[in-house]
Amino acid sequence: MSASAAKVAAIAATGPRRRWRWALALPLGWLLLVVFLAITADWIGLPDPSAQELILRRKPPSAEFLLGTDNLGRDMLSRVIYGARTSLIVGICAPILGFLVGGAIGMSAGYFRGKVDTLAVGFIDILLAFPSLVLALTFTAYLGQSLFNVTLALGILSIPAAARVARANTLAWANRDFVLAARTIGASDWRILTREILPNLLPPMFAFWLVAISVIIVAEGALSFLGLGIPAPQPSWGGMIADGREALDVAPYTALIPAAVMFATVLSLNFVGDIVRNMVDPRRSAL
Amino acid sequence: MPWLARQLVRLVVVLFCVTLLTYMIVNILPGDVAIVILGNLATPEDIAGLRADLGLDRPMLVRYFDWLGSALSGDLGRSYRNGEPVVQAIVDRLPVSLQLMVMAQVIALGIAIPVALLAARRPGGLFDRISASAAFGFLAMPNFMLGIVLIYLFSVSFDLLPATGFTPVSEGLWDNLESMILPSLTLGLIEWTVLMRVLRSDLLTTLKEDFILLARAKGLPPWRVLLQHALRPSSFTLITILGLNIGGLIGGAVIVEQIFALPGVGRLLLGGIFNRDLILVQGTVAFIAVGFVVINFLVDMLYAVLDPRVRHVRFRS
Repeated sequence: MSASAAKVAAIAATGPRRRWRWALALPLGWLLLVVFLAITADWIGLPDPSAQELILRRKPPSAEFLLGTDNLGRDMLSRVIYGARTSLIVGICAPILGFLVGGAIGMSAGYFRGKVDTLAVGFIDILLAFPSLVLALTFTAYLGQSLFNVTLALGILSIPAAARVARANTLAWANRDFVLAARTIGASDWRILTREILPNLLPPMFAFWLVAISVIIVAEGALSFLGLGIPAPQPSWGGMIADGREALDVAPYTALIPAAVMFATVLSLNFVGDIVRNMVDPRRSAL
Repeated sequence: MPWLARQLVRLVVVLFCVTLLTYMIVNILPGDVAIVILGNLATPEDIAGLRADLGLDRPMLVRYFDWLGSALSGDLGRSYRNGEPVVQAIVDRLPVSLQLMVMAQVIALGIAIPVALLAARRPGGLFDRISASAAFGFLAMPNFMLGIVLIYLFSVSFDLLPATGFTPVSEGLWDNLESMILPSLTLGLIEWTVLMRVLRSDLLTTLKEDFILLARAKGLPPWRVLLQHALRPSSFTLITILGLNIGGLIGGAVIVEQIFALPGVGRLLLGGIFNRDLILVQGTVAFIAVGFVVINFLVDMLYAVLDPRVRHVRFRS
């Protein structure tokens, strides 16, 4: 992973695509800021994101409350930052879960072919046969709402996509000469899969992971928006937008601020993900 | 086995697995229906009695095949809450959801096709770059966010359109359309981006073909070459994507129906989930999943009918 990341950085810094260097600065800077604030939220003197102060409800942004207060008088800045933490935990962990399971399924399918492949593809087809939001809703509704369960449900949903990427790439690498060479000197299937094929899967999987983060952040937002994601009072961007909707006529910023933050984050992730994917897979850049 | 027969067998297998999975998710996961219905104060005897009445004491697979049997004869059971037949509830709400999805697709295609044609006319040109950026921006908008922004712009700030609520066609076509414009825009404004990108890239491939060169050499004006020669052979991927996107559209419809308080199938499902109305949730999820699988199957068929090359490749394999 570190080798591919270094390669990505190298290509971005030099080479024919030099203009990316500063086109990347803005989205990358925003993402770093969001990650930094989400990690340090407890130590930068933010008020409690769940502390209600009804007298101070729906205060517009001011020096005291930089982003104003919401319907229950909670500090919006604090809630947006703690909401970033929620989004990032779900957005980063859920695809990792999906990639571990889906990656293993996809690699076995692409490497062993035959019956394993038929079974795996059938399994993927069936998971994909559900509209994903409906499946996520049903999972969280019956598992019970918590950060862990939302992550679990969205992780399960990312299994088929991860399995597809892993399978397609494994198919492409499994017939290469160096794999044949490894087999000839008597390497076991396990060794070939982990030492020969896996390192080659990491760059495309990494690019896909970046895109998956933004998809999962949106999905978590949608679940929380519907009241079936992260349970209140824990802050989540989707939940904040849903709360803000009630006061759209008198205090529109309570909905528009978390919406803008979410938009900027998803846009930045897509932007960075798109560039990384073009580097990893030049064929796609034509589209 | 001929191609069509094999596809049909696959369809049946997928449908079976999908309904079984739906049944398992709803029935295996924690939360006892009997307790939900009777409340926390119920005695253990009451709960056992109700479980026997509902047939919940029998093995799950037996119950699944019972349920599947009645589902095949058009009976998805009755809601625990109000005793309304689930099929009736779905049929009542389906037209709203269908209208929403069709209007959203019309809006999406209405934007995507002209934009893709104009962008493909001069790839890399000003319009191409602006439309690509716009598509990139809209793609990053979650539908629940766009819905709120549209309500803020069109209902709160300018008071042009109703924010929520639904007017049936029976009370006037215009009122009905007015209540559906914002919901369908919310879905369509995000959907067009994918369609535009696919169509543009296919158009670019088609425009390199010899028959386009011939058409140009004949001296046809550029717009005629685009519309009459390039568009049709470039629209196959578009049709596939239309089918594949229906899953996203269904998910989007659930959210949009909730934002705009439209009485559709998505809102029925959410209501069922909040009320812990197991039978209703089970029936609705199964209905949505089966609908989705069947639509994708039909799109696959349509694709083969439109493009003989696909049919022949698949026949041989």
